[in-house]
Amino acid sequence: MKKHLLAYPYGLWIVIFTIIPLALIVFYSVFTTDAAGIHFTLEHFKRVFEPIYLSVFLRSMKIAAISTIVCLLLGYPMAMILAGKNLSKKSILVVLFVIPMWMNFLARTYAWMTLLEKNGLIAAALGFFGISVPSLLYTENAVILGMVYNFLPFMVLPIYSVLVKIDKAVLEAAEDLGAPPMTVFRRVIFPLSLPGVSSGVIMVFMPALTTFVISRLLGGAHFTLIGNLIEQQFLTTRDWGFGAALSVVLMLMIMFSMGIAMRYEKENEGGGLW
Amino acid sequence: MVKTAIKRIYTFLIFLFLYAPIIVLIIFSFNSSKSRAHWTGFTLKWYAEMFRDQQIMTSLYYTIIIALTASLIATVIGTVAAIGIHNMKKLPKAIMTNLTYLPVLNPDIVTGISLMILFILVKLPRGFFSMLLAHITFNLPYVILSVMPKLKQLDNQVYDAALDLGATPGYAFMKVILPQISPGIFTGFLLAMTMSIDDFVISFFTTGPGVSNLAITIYSMARKGVSPKINALLSLMFAGVILMLLVINNRMSRDNGRKENVV
Amino acid sequence: MYEEIIRLVNVSKSFNEQQVLQDINLSISRNEFVTLLGPSGCGKTTTLRIIGGFEISDTGDVIFEGKKINNLPPYKRKLNTVFQRYALFTHMDVYENIAFGLKIKKMDSKDIDRKVKEVLKLVNLSGYETRDIDSLSGGQQQRIAIARALVNEPQVLLLDEPLGALDLKLRKDMQLELKKIQQSLGITFIYVTHDQEEALTMSDTIVVMNDGKIQQIGAPQDIYNEPVNAFVADFIGESNIIDGVMVKDYYVEFAEGGFECVDKGFQPNEKVDVVIRPEDIKLVPVDQGMIEGVVESVIFKGVHYEMLINARGLRWMVHSTMMEPVNTKVGMNVIPYDIHIMKKVIAE
Repeated sequence: MKKHLLAYPYGLWIVIFTIIPLALIVFYSVFTTDAAGIHFTLEHFKRVFEPIYLSVFLRSMKIAAISTIVCLLLGYPMAMILAGKNLSKKSILVVLFVIPMWMNFLARTYAWMTLLEKNGLIAAALGFFGISVPSLLYTENAVILGMVYNFLPFMVLPIYSVLVKIDKAVLEAAEDLGAPPMTVFRRVIFPLSLPGVSSGVIMVFMPALTTFVISRLLGGAHFTLIGNLIEQQFLTTRDWGFGAALSVVLMLMIMFSMGIAMRYEKENEGGGLW
Repeated sequence: MVKTAIKRIYTFLIFLFLYAPIIVLIIFSFNSSKSRAHWTGFTLKWYAEMFRDQQIMTSLYYTIIIALTASLIATVIGTVAAIGIHNMKKLPKAIMTNLTYLPVLNPDIVTGISLMILFILVKLPRGFFSMLLAHITFNLPYVILSVMPKLKQLDNQVYDAALDLGATPGYAFMKVILPQISPGIFTGFLLAMTMSIDDFVISFFTTGPGVSNLAITIYSMARKGVSPKINALLSLMFAGVILMLLVINNRMSRDNGRKENVV
Repeated sequence: MYEEIIRLVNVSKSFNEQQVLQDINLSISRNEFVTLLGPSGCGKTTTLRIIGGFEISDTGDVIFEGKKINNLPPYKRKLNTVFQRYALFTHMDVYENIAFGLKIKKMDSKDIDRKVKEVLKLVNLSGYETRDIDSLSGGQQQRIAIARALVNEPQVLLLDEPLGALDLKLRKDMQLELKKIQQSLGITFIYVTHDQEEALTMSDTIVVMNDGKIQQIGAPQDIYNEPVNAFVADFIGESNIIDGVMVKDYYVEFAEGGFECVDKGFQPNEKVDVVIRPEDIKLVPVDQGMIEGVVESVIFKGVHYEMLINARGLRWMVHSTMMEPVNTKVGMNVIPYDIHIMKKVIAE
């Protein structure tokens, strides 16, 4: 039997449930309905660039960038430590590292709500020492903390999986040729780990840029990021055109950042992490 | 040596960071008062209240049903699709593979909203069925991406050997190919289950009144404020995850006969 | 003879409670081509790594040019290593790989250019500076690995089974090239291999190892002709090893017969191992032979025929350019000089 025909049902599914919906979004972003009927318009996109909305974009990018950098700074050493362990300890530690990821992501964010709130544990502990802090919850730092907490494993695992594949003999060769440990890191380990770093950066930056849950729960009802903005357009203000335009801009931003990151990534055998 | 000590401390701190919120959550689920900071005594009443809460129990039911059903369907369609794609010529294969990556790379808010628009336009009432369709959609890529590497690794000669020994293509497929790719199928199924149980955003936009999964329920409860009932729920979920991992780990090491842990 | 450059004194090492090296004592001279030879697991690679600084011995000392370097890290030692699977830096091209060690020494870039060119010429890969590592064949990668090590002008070069992944013809060519390089540069080479022919071809000195202990040290001819025990005799070249009894000096009994030999110094009636090389057994007509037997199998090996002869309850391996067909009755002769007697090695 012509085996490749097997893929056609799936192809159909993709068209109906992925391609058409995306096309619909693009459609809504450039068309508007009024008394005269449907016509092409760029007014939705023009609104995107109004200062009030631009500031939302900038804020989202700033927070996503900060979270990504923090994840990188915290996660890279962790990946190195994990990769350096011997075989049995390695798998146990990696599993332990991944278990929190299996907890629902809402659960993990909620957990920080309880810790950070006015009546929460951290405030109580600090109060015990006589330090009184304004509420830690509903601040920008809380949102960043929530992002780092949720996405740290996504930075560590790709870097870890690349580091672990480096032939130890290559590191010994560098040492043999006169490189002290810092130089071995700078000139051999780090360059070889770049594909993992770029994977990690993509896997953190993207969800960080598009989330609305973390900002709503940890930032409060008035903390608006792009995700919140889009959600509002579709569920509250019912301005689909504007919401679609925002979505298209968001998708373009993602594609652009991935394009940059992909330049560092080598051919990955399908599967990568898992 | 100083270096080892620093590594140990750092690892400990990071793991503390990862687990502290969860541990605090679990501890305070047993707290007899509503406080999240002061321990007043041990109690199981929040767990009891949780079980009595209709909303929570229903969403638990929906979460599991949707995850199981969507994963099973996605596994079947996905495995078949993977085999199909594997046998495609270069260009169609590349197109299909890239299209498969699309839902994975798309931010989930865009996927959720685009599906919502689709359902509204075709006047599909939003509820269980629409959420199921959405879950199948985002599960499919994960199944395909798990099965395809196994297909690539397949030793084609084994299939030919089966044919040479008199097997029909169908028989050879069932007895030779399927067992060899089954680890990939199983991984894909697990992955799909994980993505479904964990999903919030896409479910949020594609479900209808009365049908929530756990994530949506937690979200709406959390927006109203913190409550120990949620703690109890999450603690049980965490226990469930640990249990499942132990079961899988046990099964895998028994099956393989070698010492390997699940990641 | 020559000036000593490296000495290992009472070096021992165990991994996970397994004793990998036991009391290794070794002296290596300048300009010497020394081969550590032995089967897998005998400790030869561990010895090399201890010299290179990648492992630290549990006991004993590593002395380099008269100074103890036991705990000195690899990047401070004046030796370089050629690794088994080359360990080239895949994210750098050929030039950057070779220049790596020189750049660390902060050498002037003009000097680096010159030295890289020179060493590429030495390994017959001139013009390959900008090539990607992935585009090179196994043999070429091997030569780049050698070039990368040699360009740093070390006193001692350590080579860990470098030719293992190459096909036979290429291996033999590289063996001769390596020997030429060693002699022309006048460096000490410490070479690890399990291939006894390779060792015999290239070395000035062979160190035969087994089970973490040194069995014999000597020049190739000495090791081949005068193996000191059954292990060495069996490992180097083919051997027939037969249980025997040293009745008295110059006279040994084995295979239901008594034979003159040229060894002495054993206890009367001491149990010994008798070693006879297959090429030392001459096949003659049945009635002219010291031992009579029947040909069991014949294999054509190109250089000679390898025949198994059944005689007196034992199977004898004979190499000869003359062939006797299977099931022929033959006679076997061996001169006393070719009957080697060695003390039985007591298994531990």
